[in-house]
Amino acid sequence: MKSKLVLVGNGMAGVRVLEELLKIAPDMYEITVFGSEPYGNYNRILLSSLLAGEKTVDDIMLNGDRWYAENGIRLYKGREVAEIDRRNRRVVSADGTAAEYDRLILATGSVPIVLSVPGKELKGVVTFRDIRDVNAMREYAGKGKRAVVIGGGLLGLEAAHGLMQLGMHVTVIHLMNTLMERQLDPVAGGILKESLEKRGMKFLMATATEAFVGEDQLQGVCLKDGPEILADLAVMAVGIRPNIDLARKAHIHCERGVVVNDTLQTYDGRVYAVGECVQHRGQVYGLVAPLFAQAKVCANHLAELGYARYEGSVVSAKLKVTGIELFSAGDFSGDKAAEEITMMDRTRGVYKKIVLEDNRVRGIVLYGDTVDGSWYYQLLQDGTDVGNIRGRLMFGQSHLGDSGHGGKNAAAAMSDGAEVCGCNGVRKGDIVKAIVSKGLFTLDDVRAHTKASASCGSCTGLVEQILAFTLGGEYSETAKVKPLCKCIGHTHGEVRHAVKKHRLTSIRSALDYLECRTPDGCHVCRPALNYYIISTWPGEAMDDPQSRFVNERIHANIQKDGSFSVAPRIWGGVAKPDELRAIADAAEKYRVPMVKFTGGQRLGLFGVRKEDLPRVWGDLNKAGLISGYAYGKALRTVKTCVGTEWCRFGVQDSTSLGIKLEKLTWGSWMPHKFKMAVSGCPRNCAEATIKDFGVVAVESGWELRVGGNGGVKIRPTDLLCKVTTEQEVIEHCCAFIQLYREEAHYLERTSTWIERMGLAYVKIWTVEDPGNRRELARRFRESQRFAQKDPWAECAADPEKSREFVPIKQLNRAGYSHV
Amino acid sequence: MSEWIEVGHIEDIPRLSARVVRAEAVDVAVFRTARDEIFALRDRCPHKSGPLSQGIVHGSRVTCPLHNLVLELTDGRVAPPDEGCTETYPVKTEDGKIWVLLPRN
Ligand code: SRM
Ligand SMILES: Cc1cc2nc3c(=O)[nH]c(=O)nc-3n(C[C@H](O)[C@H](O)[C@H](O)COP(=O)(O)OP(=O)(O)OC[C@H]3O[C@@H](n4cnc5c(N)ncnc54)[C@H](O)[C@@H]3O)c2cc1C
Ligand code: SF4
Ligand code: FES
Repeated sequence: MKSKLVLVGNGMAGVRVLEELLKIAPDMYEITVFGSEPYGNYNRILLSSLLAGEKTVDDIMLNGDRWYAENGIRLYKGREVAEIDRRNRRVVSADGTAAEYDRLILATGSVPIVLSVPGKELKGVVTFRDIRDVNAMREYAGKGKRAVVIGGGLLGLEAAHGLMQLGMHVTVIHLMNTLMERQLDPVAGGILKESLEKRGMKFLMATATEAFVGEDQLQGVCLKDGPEILADLAVMAVGIRPNIDLARKAHIHCERGVVVNDTLQTYDGRVYAVGECVQHRGQVYGLVAPLFAQAKVCANHLAELGYARYEGSVVSAKLKVTGIELFSAGDFSGDKAAEEITMMDRTRGVYKKIVLEDNRVRGIVLYGDTVDGSWYYQLLQDGTDVGNIRGRLMFGQSHLGDSGHGGKNAAAAMSDGAEVCGCNGVRKGDIVKAIVSKGLFTLDDVRAHTKASASCGSCTGLVEQILAFTLGGEYSETAKVKPLCKCIGHTHGEVRHAVKKHRLTSIRSALDYLECRTPDGCHVCRPALNYYIISTWPGEAMDDPQSRFVNERIHANIQKDGSFSVAPRIWGGVAKPDELRAIADAAEKYRVPMVKFTGGQRLGLFGVRKEDLPRVWGDLNKAGLISGYAYGKALRTVKTCVGTEWCRFGVQDSTSLGIKLEKLTWGSWMPHKFKMAVSGCPRNCAEATIKDFGVVAVESGWELRVGGNGGVKIRPTDLLCKVTTEQEVIEHCCAFIQLYREEAHYLERTSTWIERMGLAYVKIWTVEDPGNRRELARRFRESQRFAQKDPWAECAADPEKSREFVPIKQLNRAGYSHV
Repeated sequence: MSEWIEVGHIEDIPRLSARVVRAEAVDVAVFRTARDEIFALRDRCPHKSGPLSQGIVHGSRVTCPLHNLVLELTDGRVAPPDEGCTETYPVKTEDGKIWVLLPRN
């Protein structure tokens, strides 16, 4: 029999738990939902649009009756739970409807604070929390009528904006001196006020409401030491208070909110709580992003997976008022330890403030230009050391050599037909449509449904902006700590740690230890696990070919038509005539459609049939050519220039150093592909400044550069250090590669890895302490003892190994009976 | 018209991988899962004709090597949210020998 799950509160957080739960354990519970509102589950965030008449109730519905029916959920709409009988594990609603539970979720949200001043019960005095409030507001609203909004916070300003859209004269009364003082510093608050005033909104600051006056219907609002102002409608938006009455009554421990632990359990382990009614590690949240994060964790535990933890959130806020760009996150009050960088351009209406502490972003306030909001927010959440980009921080991400596609304005200005994701041919209109029609909230959702940014990822920023732009404030940033894949709930870091700590040396043991939810993992986790295992235990672990992508499994690159390309290693780009001859011969003999000089100074044979691969390799091997790893997550090529050997400018022998580096490092599996180059002088003909490890010769020795990328998102290298001898270049190179191999996430190029860790970190390990460097280099050489195998030679020597390449059965196409 | 054809021995296909049968009308990928179930699918992804036989096999699914669509080996359907379907062919095993009901022109 299924266990019984009851949800009290049919709002955004509670239903999100059910959605998450249905994804991972669809058949585990018999689910009953009580909601005091007479609707399905709707998007509360869009109430201002409902108010302004831009949207209808249907438009903002997230899950209507059909959804509940389809998922077998019993929904009691318009029934408020009045009592929880914990001893008998039952809830009872005000009208006597009862339901038993094995597990209970409380998601009762908040209640708006009502000022205790005379006249608060008059008609026309309302709060702003649910559809009923909006209906009430619309009843008293009307063109040319007067409205007073009490509270100049996020909610109050949205209400004021909505009412202005309806043609009302709006006055906002605020207790403090600056608007949105919780999200903005006084300067930004001031600019915001100015621009709202320009649109006709009036403000009375630093004053309190004393009474609402009128007979039956509101006529005016009295202010402390001030005049009475005429009003047909007054909206109280002075804050919210967690709705904990029900929990209190059931003697579940509450402080400001219902107290929960990191697994969202209350003091009664059968009772979970999520959303605005919750107090977690002393914090109460009032925005959806943290609530959704809570919901995910709660679902994880309800599904008895039991590994996720909620550890609190940093929230960011945006104001959903058309034409006003505003972003704020973190702590921007600034105290002694903090430093501030500010930029102000009054004419353009742009203000930016970044608060730093210990070279880490602690708070952000952006007004007028919020293009870089998500970037700063990311830096804040990751705690990235911004020491070395500090000087350029204010100018935004595009000034760091990121050639990504513009910012938020770019997303807004794009036409629906404009292509966003080049890889999958997805247009802006497709994405917007999917977000709206399928109710998508996160980047992952959009990826799954449209494939936009699911491939190379270069358009991720743009897709996120389209999400943010389409959803307004309800957009929840992608979870910072992402699980490795759908079957393994742990992050890359956790997986790697487990592989090391528990000596996991096979895919099977890793899948079991990590409690994989599918029988044998998937195409995302298996290759990652295989890499973590063999890179951690080079001497012991068995490589698992079935966990490798075909390019690595058979050492040739699959083509669009199912044929393969072969790219033999051309050490440092220098080829001998007999090697060229062997390549030409093989091309002729096996009728290879194209031979091409690749961008990596190799010759590629394109369009080789799978069954010919072993013989092509056999022939190339005879001429001394080796390869494998040609398209693997491994060393690709070492590009060189002619250097002192021939060039009149050359100052060092770049060609021979390049060859040495390639011979030393080929065949080593890495988190992603790895490219190197050695240039003989600063003219840099080998393009070393966009390689993962680049070497540029100078008169006195070599400059070592790291973290370059010339692909999707171009990134020039950072200077690691300068050295004098070839021996030092080699040691630094080995140490750098090994650090990358041991610490980067699978499928993370050095560029993204360095941006995540900070260059300083890499320097500490590979430059500053020679002991660390030597030890890393030693570990690299050790792992190479097991790695540098020529898979072609192995295959040629062992007919068993070439079995996979030929069909298991070739039938006579004229008819089976004759075979 | 179809005909049962013996295509080889189960041990000819390593676990979690596939081998190809060049049949009269089509190429057929014969898969072996970790639990030794055998499935036969047309070796052609409904997306852009990727050779499914070259994909990573997991559970009773395969991921196409070209653009990562995931297909159910049991019925040839593409896993949601993507859409599409490829043909499957009945399979039986006797004494480790694999038989597939293959189409004929
Ligand atoms: C053959 C070649 C193009 C050419 O005709 O010259 C090529 C071909 C492919 N590149 Fe490339 N890249 C080639 C040089 C480059 C370069 C230039 C270079 O290495 O100097 C770059 C930019 C430099 C860099 O990587 O930073 C490059 C950036 C990419 C990227 C983007 C990587 C990134 O981090 O942004 C991908 C996609 C990926 O790896 O996920 C890619 C992926 C590919 C793949 C492997 C796509 C695939 O998975 O099937 C292509 C395989 C073609 C095939 O079927 O054989 N290729 N690719 C070049 C092979 C060089 C070699 O001998 O190894
Ligand atoms: C106008 C407006 C604009 C907003 N804009 C944003 C924004 O831009 N970005 C953002 O992140 N957040 C925004 N928010 C906040 C966001 O909507 C809330 O954080 C979120 O809805 C809280 O979710 P919840 O499930 O905890 O509570 P709710 O969504 O309030 O759900 C609680 C539900 O429980 C029901 N309930 C309570 N007690 C009982 C009971 N005893 N029995 C049965 N049912 C009960 C309530 O009726 C309610 O339906 C906005 C809120 C408002 C009002
Ligand atoms: S070779 Fe590289 S640039 Fe050319 S189409 Fe393929 S991935 Fe794109
Ligand atoms: S061809 Fe199979 S996913 Fe594209």
